[in-house]
Amino acid sequence: MSKTLNETLQTTTERIESGGAEKYHKKLDSQNKLFARKRLELLFDDGSYKIEDGKFANNKAEGLPADGVVTAIGKVGGKTVCVMANDSTVKAGSWGARTVEKIIRIQETAMRLKVPMYYLVDSAGARITDQIEMFPNRRGAGKIFYNQVKMSGMIPQVCVLFGPSAAGGAYIPAFCDIVIMVDKNASMYLGSPRMAEKVIGEKVTLEEMGGARMHCSISGCGDVLAESEEEAIDSARHYLSYFPGNYESKPAKVKVKAPKIDKNLSEIVPENQNVPFDMYDFINGLIDDGSFYEMKKLFAPEMITGFARLNGAPVGIIANQPKVKGGVLFVDSADKAAKFITLCDAFSIPLLFLADVPGFMIGTKVERAGIIRHGAKLIAAMSDVTVPKISVIVRKAYGAGLYAMAGPAFEPDCCIALPTAQIAVMGPEAAVNAVYSNKINEIEDPKERIQYVQEKHKEYKEHIDIYKLASEMIVDDIVSADQLRDELIDRYAGYESKEMVFSERKHPVYPV
Amino acid sequence: MKEITASMAGTVLNVLVSEGESVSAGQTVMMLESMKMEIPIEATEAGEVSTVNFNVGDFVNEGDALVVLK
Repeated sequence: MSKTLNETLQTTTERIESGGAEKYHKKLDSQNKLFARKRLELLFDDGSYKIEDGKFANNKAEGLPADGVVTAIGKVGGKTVCVMANDSTVKAGSWGARTVEKIIRIQETAMRLKVPMYYLVDSAGARITDQIEMFPNRRGAGKIFYNQVKMSGMIPQVCVLFGPSAAGGAYIPAFCDIVIMVDKNASMYLGSPRMAEKVIGEKVTLEEMGGARMHCSISGCGDVLAESEEEAIDSARHYLSYFPGNYESKPAKVKVKAPKIDKNLSEIVPENQNVPFDMYDFINGLIDDGSFYEMKKLFAPEMITGFARLNGAPVGIIANQPKVKGGVLFVDSADKAAKFITLCDAFSIPLLFLADVPGFMIGTKVERAGIIRHGAKLIAAMSDVTVPKISVIVRKAYGAGLYAMAGPAFEPDCCIALPTAQIAVMGPEAAVNAVYSNKINEIEDPKERIQYVQEKHKEYKEHIDIYKLASEMIVDDIVSADQLRDELIDRYAGYESKEMVFSERKHPVYPV
Repeated sequence: MKEITASMAGTVLNVLVSEGESVSAGQTVMMLESMKMEIPIEATEAGEVSTVNFNVGDFVNEGDALVVLK
């Protein structure tokens, strides 16, 4: 090869790898954003990536290096992964025909290799000028979403959102298992504030319409809110450590770290069922120190969902939070837990339910929002799992709350009660009111009335005594909170060989 | 002006602050009772209590401003 040909290759490669014009790089700096290729270096183990296809896509066109997207293969935590990264210095990361084709190809590669797929998103959406080539056709943008649906549950799909994800592009995060959003820079919306003002007359800011904080706390489209790009990428690396590379493999164990114990677990849970406590203290006392990776922390905080490790092995925790809204289940809490359970089950992560739940919320507001349908979604997701599933009744489990938290009828591998556990259709106060309200109202003497009610409370509590339930073998064991960690470690180890088919059919009719 | 709102519908069980009092972020300003549970309502930021809008026994809706800080 002559020197000139080599030089041409070298200068073209350098030009492409430097991305868009200098002014767009300066704009990145002013927004505290990183160049797409720098993001890849931070994501991959050795700080570099060697396998990249389609680098020369659209290289004959002016100002469209790599056609605005980098697609590469590298390693994250020792696992091979496929990545697409929008380059916002190239036409604001917008999608042309080759951009879309590159994304589709890297997805196809991920499916062929059965390795996780990362989407590093920072894109203004479709290039309207290229629409016929990239929008409606068989290998147009729709194919990206079609592929995502196909890949769901086959391989982990992780989205890190650094900038906008507009209109159709907003569906890339929507189809991922997790969406990590950088505060202040990331946004998702179908219609921009400008479009909303024109079309429906609504005047709002971008942050209000589809900002990272809004999505992580109100809409539930975001799972993790990161302060910076570095933090977001670090989080995306950490997340994958709980996962196998695909549905056929098992997640890896790591070195054990003893839990950090400030207080004995038995001292954390109050005996009075109606008094709040912080479930995070309980979780932290139970799991390997520093192993909690929380999903949707800011969204529906009355329900806690996150990955943790018990003796080095991953476990997915679903816990009620009595400190927020009494731990009552709402539309959003049911929705949040349903997706988390499905995610864990898809990738062989055992489940741990920590129940302290007064039941599902009642009232017109939630009925109109379809709480029955959302509750059904949670119960369906929790039923339809084949990973080891342990239900711990920490304190109360009333009504359908018991069902939602993998109560005995839902075939957990075991249902363990703590001495503080109370299982019933409803709590003593509500039950006595429901059954004896006529009788109570008939008693005129207030003192006598109180005495009668207290007597009935006592009778009811005896009726639902946890030792009575254990005697009837409704719960499989009663364990001290202080012994719970050891008990769970032994049980998960014992259930490791679990293999089951939940039901013979094509697929369920999801109650969504 | 910063409003501390009800996280869910319920009845006021206890009012823990009074007008003119300084509160810190995370401090419980009111206890509600809902679904038979005690629901602590915490200040999201520090400030001085300007008004307390409900008394013990009052019914509140989700989103009602319970306490207003200056």
